Amino acid sequence: MENLSLMMAPLFSSKLLLVLFFGTLFGLILGVLPGLGPTTGGALILPFTMTLDPLSAIVLLTAIYCAGTYGGAITAILINTPGTPAAAATCLDGYPLAQKGEAGRALGMATVSSTVGGIFSVIVLVFFAPMLAKLAYEFGQPEYFALAIFGLTMLASIGDGSPIKNLIAGAFGILISTIGKDFMTSIDRFTYGINELSVGIGFIPVVVGLFAISEMLTQSTLLDKVFKRVALKAVRLPSLKDYKLTWKTILRSSGIGSFIGVLPAEGGTVASLIGYSEAKRWSKKPEEFGKGSIEGIAGAEAANNAATGGAMVPTLALGIPGSATTAVILTGLIIHGVRPGPDLFKEQPEFLYGIFGSMLIANILFFIFGFFGAKIFARITLVPNKILWPMIFAISVCGTYSLSQSIIDVWIMLFFGVIGFFMRRYGFSVVPVIIGLILGELVEGTLRQSLVIFEGNWLMFLTRPIALTFFVLSVIALLFPLFKKKQNKIKI
Amino acid sequence: MNNVQKQKRANKSLPFFFKEEFKVSFIIIFVSIILLITTFTFDIVPPILNRGIQPATFPKALLVLIISLTVIIYYLSIKKPWKKEKKLPKEFYITLLSFILFILISKILDFFLAISCLSIIVSHYWGEKRIFYLLLISLFFPLIVFIFFETILGLRFPPGIITNIYYN
Repeated sequence: MENLSLMMAPLFSSKLLLVLFFGTLFGLILGVLPGLGPTTGGALILPFTMTLDPLSAIVLLTAIYCAGTYGGAITAILINTPGTPAAAATCLDGYPLAQKGEAGRALGMATVSSTVGGIFSVIVLVFFAPMLAKLAYEFGQPEYFALAIFGLTMLASIGDGSPIKNLIAGAFGILISTIGKDFMTSIDRFTYGINELSVGIGFIPVVVGLFAISEMLTQSTLLDKVFKRVALKAVRLPSLKDYKLTWKTILRSSGIGSFIGVLPAEGGTVASLIGYSEAKRWSKKPEEFGKGSIEGIAGAEAANNAATGGAMVPTLALGIPGSATTAVILTGLIIHGVRPGPDLFKEQPEFLYGIFGSMLIANILFFIFGFFGAKIFARITLVPNKILWPMIFAISVCGTYSLSQSIIDVWIMLFFGVIGFFMRRYGFSVVPVIIGLILGELVEGTLRQSLVIFEGNWLMFLTRPIALTFFVLSVIALLFPLFKKKQNKIKI
Repeated sequence: MNNVQKQKRANKSLPFFFKEEFKVSFIIIFVSIILLITTFTFDIVPPILNRGIQPATFPKALLVLIISLTVIIYYLSIKKPWKKEKKLPKEFYITLLSFILFILISKILDFFLAISCLSIIVSHYWGEKRIFYLLLISLFFPLIVFIFFETILGLRFPPGIITNIYYN
């Protein structure tokens, strides 16, 4: 009961409501614009959060996360281009349905299922995050090391793209985290005599580079692409018949999305694909999928928004990000001096439940904005790239510079922009780099501290039951793609 | 003929070192080897200060992992060639060059000027020819961003010919 009142606190704070309002609005705009999205948007907005108190800052970031994930559906349905990668599966049925003159119905279903998925995942977050945090009290350094390794291997098994390429990208991310002074011995590593590098490479220049700048380069190769926009009169709430047809799909996808979200991987993107394929598998009319099935939209959208709350579970309870956007949120927490983990639940419950409550409100807010304003948000896609991207570049440069007021950070951002472009061109996902970068210090630190505890005996890891469990799960995660390959893939 | 066979046939005519799979794998392995060599130059900590492992050990292990995995992806690409990517258009190279120009101008002349130059070059070569919009994104928008960061976040931009005028 006390927790419930803490959760409702943002409703009575005009400041938090204002932050939620703008966060949701900004998130929707970011979600609608192809190539941007909550991860890039969160990274760009991070410097601005320095003017806010920690709770408002994280509330802003989580509102962007929730609304941005939904916003991708608007573009997916109206112009057949997912605003965010998580909305890719929504295109499959959303656009065909819109072409049949039912864009309003498609958007209405996407809005309702996203909201249900989002709210469902917040409930999961409220119940499971404290439980996981309690469990984390049992964790020592070896357990955290094993957990971080499990998180990284999960990228190989359920991440988007080739498992081996994901592992290379993850290892690359960890390697970046080793640049600078070794945090245990103060020995310089990969600094090449450059003073600025001795403090290491910041998270923001890498994220903005890998997401925003690499996307700018990608857009430069797509200038001849013409978007065909379907006309939208108004968003329609689903009919009773639609609800009857989809309620099971929405609930199933909400569960799938929340579960996938908890696993450290690519969050919403993978969740929506699995949610969609499961919707097709359980559907009475699977032949309609890909031709404008309302169940397809519901399956994909409920799952990707459900992944938002799920991904926040390990982020808050363990300090292990469940997705690229939660890695940005985790950075926001660290910048504002909040250390995620079990102690946070004990010492600052009002902070945590404030976030939970805000996520709940954000889900309701994007429902209202989406329902009444989808037509306006859709118009944002009319801003031509030749105007939009130079503007995003200006914000990226100033935002990256602002965090440590270092021009080197801006150059690092551009460098990673070019690397990110070529990575994506050759099928390497950039998300594992982000996860690897944020987990790098944890992996190395816990490994070295464990070895101190074990007096250098590596086999001692196997004597710790929790660590051993995570190692076994890691092996399974690594072998899973081999089994998956042999199975008949469900064509979507 | 399926796509894999088509891809194999298309790739057969090229010597292996022209194939994208080889070029990408070669670059990753080459850079990793250079970095691996660098790790041998890291200072060695005396045993009493050593925390579990030497500071160079962890990066070394990562680089060996990256090299090994890259060898595997190259080996797999022989069996199943990668999808051939389209040639990069002129606009990509112009955008890339404008990044280099940005670095040079921001280092030598002015940060604000560098943003304006990049904006106008990118926008123009991406197809914007209207003077009003070019001015809007190269002058008006960077100015708003600049003033916003300066006043709201209290940010001090690096000195330069234009920034100095503003600060003075």
